Amino acid sequence: MAFGWLPGAVGDIAHGAATTILLIAVTTLAGTLLSILGAAGRRNGPALLRRAIAWYVEVMRNTPFLVQLFFIFFGLPSLGIRLDPILAAMLAMTLNMAAYTIEIVGAGLDAVPHGQTEAALALGLRPRQVFIKIVLPQALKIIYPALTSQIVIMMLESAVVSQIAVRELTYEADMLQARTFRSFETYFVVTLVYLLMSMALRRLLVTGGRRALGAGVS
Amino acid sequence: MIEFTLWDIIRNLLLAARWTVLLSLAAFIGGALVGMAVLFFRISENKWSRRLASGYIALFQGTPLLMQLFLMFFGLPMLGLRIEPWTAAVLGLTFFASAYLAEIWRSGVDALPLGQWDAGASLGLHYLQELRLIILPQAFAITRAPTVGFLVQLIKSTALTSIIGFEELVRTSNAINNATFEPFKVYGLVALIFFLMCFPLTQYARRLEQRAARH
Repeated sequence: MAFGWLPGAVGDIAHGAATTILLIAVTTLAGTLLSILGAAGRRNGPALLRRAIAWYVEVMRNTPFLVQLFFIFFGLPSLGIRLDPILAAMLAMTLNMAAYTIEIVGAGLDAVPHGQTEAALALGLRPRQVFIKIVLPQALKIIYPALTSQIVIMMLESAVVSQIAVRELTYEADMLQARTFRSFETYFVVTLVYLLMSMALRRLLVTGGRRALGAGVS
Repeated sequence: MIEFTLWDIIRNLLLAARWTVLLSLAAFIGGALVGMAVLFFRISENKWSRRLASGYIALFQGTPLLMQLFLMFFGLPMLGLRIEPWTAAVLGLTFFASAYLAEIWRSGVDALPLGQWDAGASLGLHYLQELRLIILPQAFAITRAPTVGFLVQLIKSTALTSIIGFEELVRTSNAINNATFEPFKVYGLVALIFFLMCFPLTQYARRLEQRAARH
């Protein structure tokens, strides 16, 4: 074991970690938004849309993320859609996360008592207002812990996007070990960085959620 | 240049899928065995064994599987063991699975009423007999759905072993893609094969869940 290479590598590791954080931040926002639309569409949309969303969820949940990523990055160009590695990664992560969070958000929407909707309608709110102002906030509060776990899982999964040369944390580790020939030590250090990041992310989401939603997360 | 017909592609992918199935089974069985050991530590009465097991589980659930595989692949040779991708893949996935399975089963043990332990003790059973005859059978029964659900996750996770060079479905598909330049078709077929392996299990887990909810 030798760690003499470490001081010179701090910059690269920090740069990779920053890209990983960017990826997960975009995925969290876009994925949550998409899953709110998906869960609402699955409940109130036309029959065809409901069926399509149900199939989308099944297909994404029963195939590996790595294959989805390759399909988007290598497969889509043959349809004329050519994406930057980082955009392809963001797209793949968002689509993958949404498949899981559509179910989670849906469970939250179902858990809000129907009387809440009726009361809001009786007060003269329009259906859209009822959804955005009454039902959705309560649903998000209920599902917040499950959403938090899913975000952390997605951050760990993002290590895979190094395979399409997105310069995130794992990619930087691959480059470092090729330079230093200290494979085990490099991956050991980077694994620790991931561990710290996942603990910090969980802590951040828990305190942030408690402040913004009053959600009872421990 | 070799011409690949659609049938050639499918045949080669199916041949490679055997390795995906075998790896999933090996890792699931290995993970169940190691997971049992972790479970014993996790529910032990000794505070330090409980902490040790919690730390083990947190470590595997808090780091990417890809990193765990790399550490296996590059770490074991440092201990003087010659290691092939297959060994690293099986060992890496085994430890990964053990942490998740131990945590799933622990939730089953926690869900049992404490009276079950008391009743066992009052019948004169000692700790291991209580676990074997009373606690574990019930804990396994109520966690069957999440256990099958995890098997699906494990099958999907085998895709990552292509990155450390194990010749399973995804690695073979990369090679075929490099020869045919038909990524849309090749990766679409790979996704379809994974779907056909995972979907029945997902449905089975869902049925188990619904049955558990009815009782």
